[in-house]
Amino acid sequence: MSSFWSIWISALTLIVVFGCWWLLWTVRRNQSSDKVENKSMGHEVDGIDELDNPLPKWWVWMFVLLILFSLVYLVLYPGLGNYQGLLGWSQVKQYEQEVAAAEEEYGPLFAQYAETEVPKLARNDEAMKAGQRLFSNNCATCHGSAGRGGFGFPRLTDDVWNWGGDPETIKETITNGRQANMPARGVNPNLSNEQLGDIVEHVLALNDRSEDSDAAERGEELYQNACASCHGPEGKGNQGMGAPNLTNDTWLYGGDRETLMETLQLGRAGHMPAQTQLSEDQIHLLAAYVYRLSGQHRKAEQ
Amino acid sequence: MHTETPAETYNYKVVRQFAIAAVVWGIVGMGLGVFIAAQMFLPQLNFDLPWTSFGRLRPLHTNAVIFAFAGSALFATSYYVVQRTSQARLVSDEAAAFTFWGWQAVIVLVAITLPLGYTTTKEYAEPEWPINILIAVVWLTYAYVFFGTIARRRVKHIYVANWFYGAFIVTIAILHVVNNLSIPVSFWKSYSIYPGTIDAMVQWWYGHNAVGFFLTAGFLGMMYYFVPKQANRPIYSYRLSIVHFWALIATYVWAGGHHLHYSPLPEWAQTTSMIMSLILLAPSWGGMINGIMTLSGAWYKLRTDPILRFLIVAVSFYGMSTFEGPLLSIRTVNALSHSTDWTVGHVHSGALGWVAMISFGALYHLFPRLYGLKEMFSIPAINLHFWLATLGVVLYTVSMWINGLLQGLMWRAVNDDGTLTYSFVESVEASYPGYVVRFIGGGLFLAGVLVMAWNVRRTIRQSETGALDNSTDAVQGASA
Repeated sequence: MSSFWSIWISALTLIVVFGCWWLLWTVRRNQSSDKVENKSMGHEVDGIDELDNPLPKWWVWMFVLLILFSLVYLVLYPGLGNYQGLLGWSQVKQYEQEVAAAEEEYGPLFAQYAETEVPKLARNDEAMKAGQRLFSNNCATCHGSAGRGGFGFPRLTDDVWNWGGDPETIKETITNGRQANMPARGVNPNLSNEQLGDIVEHVLALNDRSEDSDAAERGEELYQNACASCHGPEGKGNQGMGAPNLTNDTWLYGGDRETLMETLQLGRAGHMPAQTQLSEDQIHLLAAYVYRLSGQHRKAEQ
Repeated sequence: MHTETPAETYNYKVVRQFAIAAVVWGIVGMGLGVFIAAQMFLPQLNFDLPWTSFGRLRPLHTNAVIFAFAGSALFATSYYVVQRTSQARLVSDEAAAFTFWGWQAVIVLVAITLPLGYTTTKEYAEPEWPINILIAVVWLTYAYVFFGTIARRRVKHIYVANWFYGAFIVTIAILHVVNNLSIPVSFWKSYSIYPGTIDAMVQWWYGHNAVGFFLTAGFLGMMYYFVPKQANRPIYSYRLSIVHFWALIATYVWAGGHHLHYSPLPEWAQTTSMIMSLILLAPSWGGMINGIMTLSGAWYKLRTDPILRFLIVAVSFYGMSTFEGPLLSIRTVNALSHSTDWTVGHVHSGALGWVAMISFGALYHLFPRLYGLKEMFSIPAINLHFWLATLGVVLYTVSMWINGLLQGLMWRAVNDDGTLTYSFVESVEASYPGYVVRFIGGGLFLAGVLVMAWNVRRTIRQSETGALDNSTDAVQGASA
């Protein structure tokens, strides 16, 4: 704020505050009496008279104290234009202090797990309780409190991974987020709706659910042209680009004929935001919890 | 002994129209409120339709109770009060009639466009730009009628009620125009001319003064006429009126920024809003003191007069919510209360306890006088209404306080490892009982208004059929 506006707004603020004081003082000084005498002011209107009683003392004191409190507050805190206040308070500083205090207090709790390998940490029940709480706070909104996922939000309780389920990849996913992008009609925008229907039939055939083998056959040819570059010639998917496996009957948006058609017609763009609010140690613990959710820790045991 | 001008010389027609409109819109607005309160614990009542969803009906509820119900009550009482205290007829019957039909047109247009989804998204200023222009035209006409009547008054003194009505009319005109400055892109869509945080500040400068001037200054005007009139007592202190009037209007316009604590709004603006809100406690209580102390020496009347009871309980709720307001404006308290049901409870202790209750008292005082009757058709029905309303507002505010504290404390509770103890949905689940109690409270309040509507209908019918036992002529005959 330029110094003109700073002075302008400070002056206005103080004029109103001191103006209240002046008003109170002037009216009080001009009172005809300090006692309640119920004398009329002598200007009755429509049968309503007004009395010349004094301002109640306790009320005047309350008013004065509120003004004094406000003035002290204006000295201590930023309130008068560019003046920052004696305490040096700001909301950003307050936030940073609270975060720093929290990191100091809670940091060691998470640091103690930082050196333990994820598969081992996933078997530590005590650590996993803390992991579950992190999951509830940061992940449950989309993936569900039990990690079962939902429409467009991957289920974390199976061992099916679109981007990869090894500890390092899970951490990478949490740290930086993921942006999937399946274009409408695959990489061939010229496909007709009938042709898309054939591809759907092929995808159903990959899961032994096709009811029209001719269409599925036609669809396979089209699939190789429009879909295989991401999902692979056999439909096994490609975790490097988040292209789901199409052969395991596990679906992010639904595997019925209609939904598959919708997916093909409109494309999909799943997005997981980067969890920048979490520290590295917290992400390590959270990755172990997600690893455990998928049941991999039991395999690691065997 | 009063030297009153005969009633025929006053324009009571427009007062009658607005008074009846207030009752009708009260039922509509509060009915909507009760319905959306039920949606909070029975979401099926959204019917999966956009037009009946909470998001569209909630602004319809707020607009209906603030502008349709409270607005009509303010028009009715201000036209009545300004005539009687100026001892002059309204400056123009045509202009007054235009304000009535114009205002009703605004209400109907809002009631159609908001459920259809046409909205500026500015709270309490949701109507789109064509309606805003109509509002501005009606409002300027209102200002002309009101101040024009003051100008032709036959008494020297301008009565304090008119100061408050006048401040309300002038400030709302400025607020409405400045906040709604926008660029239309189609007939039902416009964009605010203010960017980002400035838009938020202008919106809350408007929003809080909708409370400060529409729902406070205007209703203080109502209090200053109907309390002394109904109690038949003089105003306690003229000097107090002067101090609290000027201090109130000087500090209220600063208070809006307290809705934006801990936001990108610069800290100086947050702080000035907070200290002005704190100082505001004193002028607010000045009004409460003047209202309640006007009754000194006439307390016994509260035992027998349910109308006076409405007025005094309203002033008490005014005192309570104007204590709560400064409290909530303090940064650290706001950090707990913000976005919780505490805010909703606070607004309703003001809107139901103060605005609606004082309107009921004023309307019960008005109706018999507007129709040449001695009193309302049924005094026990007024009493029933009083207890329904009081119980309703107590259930409402208490349940929302509890919900608000519950939510605020649950959201900030942390475990030993710094993670949050509760997920958001757990706080929603914990709020269920409060939502049900709030619905019951609101339902009782609405039931009271229905009782009132019945009573008003019977009172008007009495005047139409010329019931002799309730006519003012009969009273004069008896006392002569």
